[in-house]
Amino acid sequence: MLKVESIHYGIVIDHITQGKGKKIFDKLNLGEADFPVVLLRNVVSSKFGKKDIIKIENRIDIDMTMLGLIDPNVTINIVEDEKTIKKMKVEIPKEVQGLFKCKNPRCISNAEDNINPLFTLVKANGTIEYSCEYCEELTSYTL
Amino acid sequence: MNLKGRHLIDPGDFSLLELESIFRLAEKIIENKDEYSQICKEKILGTLFYEPSTRTRLSFEAAMLRMGGKVLGFSDANVSSAAKGENIADTIRVLSAYADVVVIRHPKEGAPRLASKYSNIPVINGGDGGHQHPTQTLTDLLTIKKLKGSISGNTVGFCGDLKFGRTVHSLIKTLSRYPDNKFILVSPEELRLPDHLRHMLKNIAQVEIIETEDLETVIGSLDILYMTRIQKERFFNEADYVRLKDSYILTRNKLSEAKEDMLVMHPLPRVNEISYDVDEDDRAAYFKQAEFGVYARMALIAAQLGVGNNA
Repeated sequence: MLKVESIHYGIVIDHITQGKGKKIFDKLNLGEADFPVVLLRNVVSSKFGKKDIIKIENRIDIDMTMLGLIDPNVTINIVEDEKTIKKMKVEIPKEVQGLFKCKNPRCISNAEDNINPLFTLVKANGTIEYSCEYCEELTSYTL
Repeated sequence: MNLKGRHLIDPGDFSLLELESIFRLAEKIIENKDEYSQICKEKILGTLFYEPSTRTRLSFEAAMLRMGGKVLGFSDANVSSAAKGENIADTIRVLSAYADVVVIRHPKEGAPRLASKYSNIPVINGGDGGHQHPTQTLTDLLTIKKLKGSISGNTVGFCGDLKFGRTVHSLIKTLSRYPDNKFILVSPEELRLPDHLRHMLKNIAQVEIIETEDLETVIGSLDILYMTRIQKERFFNEADYVRLKDSYILTRNKLSEAKEDMLVMHPLPRVNEISYDVDEDDRAAYFKQAEFGVYARMALIAAQLGVGNNA
């Protein structure tokens, strides 16, 4: 069986729905990281059957706000001295900036450069919808 | 109420009390125009019209000139620096040094909001794409107040292009903040109210909405009928416009089913959605509405400049 050692200091993103690990890995831009990172796929899980895990060594200052949009099942563990000192469930973020563009072709944010609209969560039941700060149109985000 | 220096981008930027203070000032101006004829002396209104406009632009210019102020700006984006690729942020930063208050009309939705982030002077949204038109709402509310007596407790029908009709979006959003108003939305399926507004009305304002495609079955229950033209310039496909443009035409004959004191309102310009024979009916309020627009804008500009309180 493949064995990956536990980390001394860093973050373990656990309980990632099988198959979504790569997407989270990419969204967090971990492919460009100069610190040790590992993506484990199809790990046997008593709770989910199979799951993905990401381990990040030597860093805990990573913005993981958008994880709730990609996979609401995720658990984030902050590790120090090989012990989990903090365990967090992710939430669907109330505000998002920079993760997606406004879907409205008539919105000013799609007409001029350097406009990065803030999106505010409007609906989170069934479909997740965000309102654009400029045109108010709803942009859906699919988990 | 102190509206000095404040932007008006969305009608929700002002509280109901603040809106009321504008209507009170507008009514004072109507009663005694001479007293207000010089309150904006030495003040300049900047007009940035990136999209064609007749009524709104002239109404703003008339408002400023009637208060003794001056106007500068452009009415065609092709003769401005926008044609050279200048962005809104740079244009508004520069204009902030030239004028005391600025009105901006733009085909892109949210452009006035963007401008307000970079402006040192009050920004007025003069209409942004199919999004909002808050000064038309001031005009509409002043008209309802003057001709109907109250902005509350009315059954209001909106008919025509509710998808792209920015005057509808601003007015319904604002009327939903007043008590006991009900809304009947009459439009073809393709031109229904945008989802974000329907969500706001149903879930946040929690007002009663009925949606239908048939004007004749509901006209008898209305206190106000707000007609709109089909917004040709917002369609990406000409064929869709041609198919929908004659969806609703209000005639004097159709008005026979309406209440005797119902108001017929329209932000103008009309195309063919109100027959000319309706103009002679006492319920036709749209030309009066255009006249009130000047007073509503005079009151707004005066409040934003902090002048006219003691006139």
